Amino acid sequence: MAGKVTNIVVAGRGGQGVLKASDILAEAAFRAGRDVKKSELHGMSQRGGSVTSDVRFGPQVLSPMVPAGETDYLVVLAADQVEVNRLELRQGGVLISPADIDENLLPNRRSLNVALLGVLSRHLDIAESDWMAAIQANLPEKLHEANAGAFALGRGSAGR
Amino acid sequence: MSKTDRRLLSGNEAVARAALDAGFALGAGYPGTPSTEILESFSELGGHAEWAPNEKVALEVALGAAFAGARALVTMKHVGLNVAADPLFTATYTGVSGALVVVSADDPGMASSQNEQDNRRYALAAGVPMLEPSDSQEAYDLVFQAVEVSQRWQLPVLLRLTTRICHSKTVVRARELGLAAARPHFEHDAKARVMIPAYARPAHRRLRQKLAEIAEWNESSPLNRIEPGEKALGIVTSGISYVHAREAAGGASFLKLGMTYPLPMEKIRRFAAGVQRCLVVEEGDPYLVEAIRAAGIAVEGKHEMYRFGELDVQRVRRILAGDVSPEPTPPRGKPPELCKGCPHRAVFETLGKLDCIVAGDIGCYTLGVLPPFEAMDSCVCMGAAIGVGLGLRQVLPAEQARRVVSVIGDSTFVHGGITGLVEMIYNPPPTGHVLLILDNGTTAMTGLQEHPGTGRTLDHKATGRVVFEDLARTLGVKRVHVVDPSKDPAGFEKLMRESLACGELVVIVARRPCLLAAKKIRAYQAADTGEGDGG
Repeated sequence: MAGKVTNIVVAGRGGQGVLKASDILAEAAFRAGRDVKKSELHGMSQRGGSVTSDVRFGPQVLSPMVPAGETDYLVVLAADQVEVNRLELRQGGVLISPADIDENLLPNRRSLNVALLGVLSRHLDIAESDWMAAIQANLPEKLHEANAGAFALGRGSAGR
Repeated sequence: MSKTDRRLLSGNEAVARAALDAGFALGAGYPGTPSTEILESFSELGGHAEWAPNEKVALEVALGAAFAGARALVTMKHVGLNVAADPLFTATYTGVSGALVVVSADDPGMASSQNEQDNRRYALAAGVPMLEPSDSQEAYDLVFQAVEVSQRWQLPVLLRLTTRICHSKTVVRARELGLAAARPHFEHDAKARVMIPAYARPAHRRLRQKLAEIAEWNESSPLNRIEPGEKALGIVTSGISYVHAREAAGGASFLKLGMTYPLPMEKIRRFAAGVQRCLVVEEGDPYLVEAIRAAGIAVEGKHEMYRFGELDVQRVRRILAGDVSPEPTPPRGKPPELCKGCPHRAVFETLGKLDCIVAGDIGCYTLGVLPPFEAMDSCVCMGAAIGVGLGLRQVLPAEQARRVVSVIGDSTFVHGGITGLVEMIYNPPPTGHVLLILDNGTTAMTGLQEHPGTGRTLDHKATGRVVFEDLARTLGVKRVHVVDPSKDPAGFEKLMRESLACGELVVIVARRPCLLAAKKIRAYQAADTGEGDGG
């Protein structure tokens, strides 16, 4: 049984938290019991250059890299990186970008990555408790509250 | 199986966890993308991990531990194995008493490297058995297999990873029962370990005998797996290429190789005979396809265009279809650059202004070649700045020679630059020379690792420190300066002008901590002081 694999690409500039966002996403899917693979490049590319990270999950995942043009959800953290990565998206795929939230409502600008994961979470069948556990496992305790707030802002559950 | 046994680990983390579970006494290496996190993880898990000055020393330290009966791990990026090749080629003659696992992390596509050499060639050339995992679970399992092979045949084993194996996170189930650590103990065995010609000649024959036995064993070992499918297409593959091919050609028959040197040639022969079309899918050099064809087995390989860069699912689809049309070029992203506030910036601004001929080296500062600086003229390998700079000075007409500067980072200087400095004193060019050591107090490019010039160990504890200015003076350089170009750009420019004009040997240490490391360095120093370190 080759079940459906969900393909997500997170993109942005070095230092924006692309890798942190994909770590949280991969861990949330992992906690939800899925097979997960996550792939990206480290090293020189991180010095302020464009960074992308692929996360794939489903019943069984083979290649860790999302094939070009087969991305279901493209999460872009910087407006100027949208066009560079748009080709990754499949027809009917969903683009998630800073335009999807009101950045002025962010408790902390640094948590834009987690806020956009909140937007993404509306599309995925992963329990909120798995998301919260993944956020807490990947960030120091002093940032938990701000990032929980950012996630709720993106998820549209702020103030609930 | 309980849920907690399931972990999401990178290939590097999986190797580290396996080393811990398999009772490794020591891990040594030099930082290099994509291998760096193996030793950091091993240390965090409680293992004994060390950064060596370079990969050659790391392999020698690990070899010594393995002579003593311990299990030892040594890690490096692909080009690091060039540096460690000298001990490797003779360690296969001496063999080991414990176990020695050499991790080579190759970088096809050059995400962060100066070449895309395929280190599978080293296994063949040095006579080292080689294992290749396809995901983190296999990276974990193959460390145990490597121990088994290394201990049984008393040989080093090469665990060959690639960037996507090292840095992809996949699900791993660790073993409930690991291996008890070996008890190191020294037994004299000069005939095995002292490679004078009289002892090395039989040692070479011993090595070939062992490899013949391993090849025989590999024919039926579980490391190479046949996955039956359609007879129309059979795919022989290994490593990361396996998962791409499995996704691109789900219905095909597969021979997935886990041990790719020595190859199970009869198994491959039978597999190829049982399918109508037999295709070898491999990333990088045509290593497998050449070996298989040399054994007289008719197999199809990939077109030369797929030798370059990484494979992925769509490239494997193209290989399957025999598609050699030009591939679409992805849109250019934003290139990397020196951080705002990076201490290297002031240096390259001055070098550009003075129209220097810059023999550069490997590290963040290699970005000095890109706009807005464009102030680097060569970058070849670790330490080459000094030798290349000296060679330029030796032959260029004086008016050009006087503008040549060697620029090298602190960690790179320790790794491969010290012998270059010795050359500078031994064979000084007629116009003198200027060596600029950019000391930002860390191995920045690979993610802020310690090195002998920081005076802290891999886990950031105080230890002996190599002081570059003292070393240069001791070696006989008269003009040695320690400066901070970011703090005083005008003073640095003046010093550079004087140094280039003086016609003597000059060493300038440009010292200011990396912006990303400064806070951490202060914390380490505070922790050491707090512990009342008297060293």
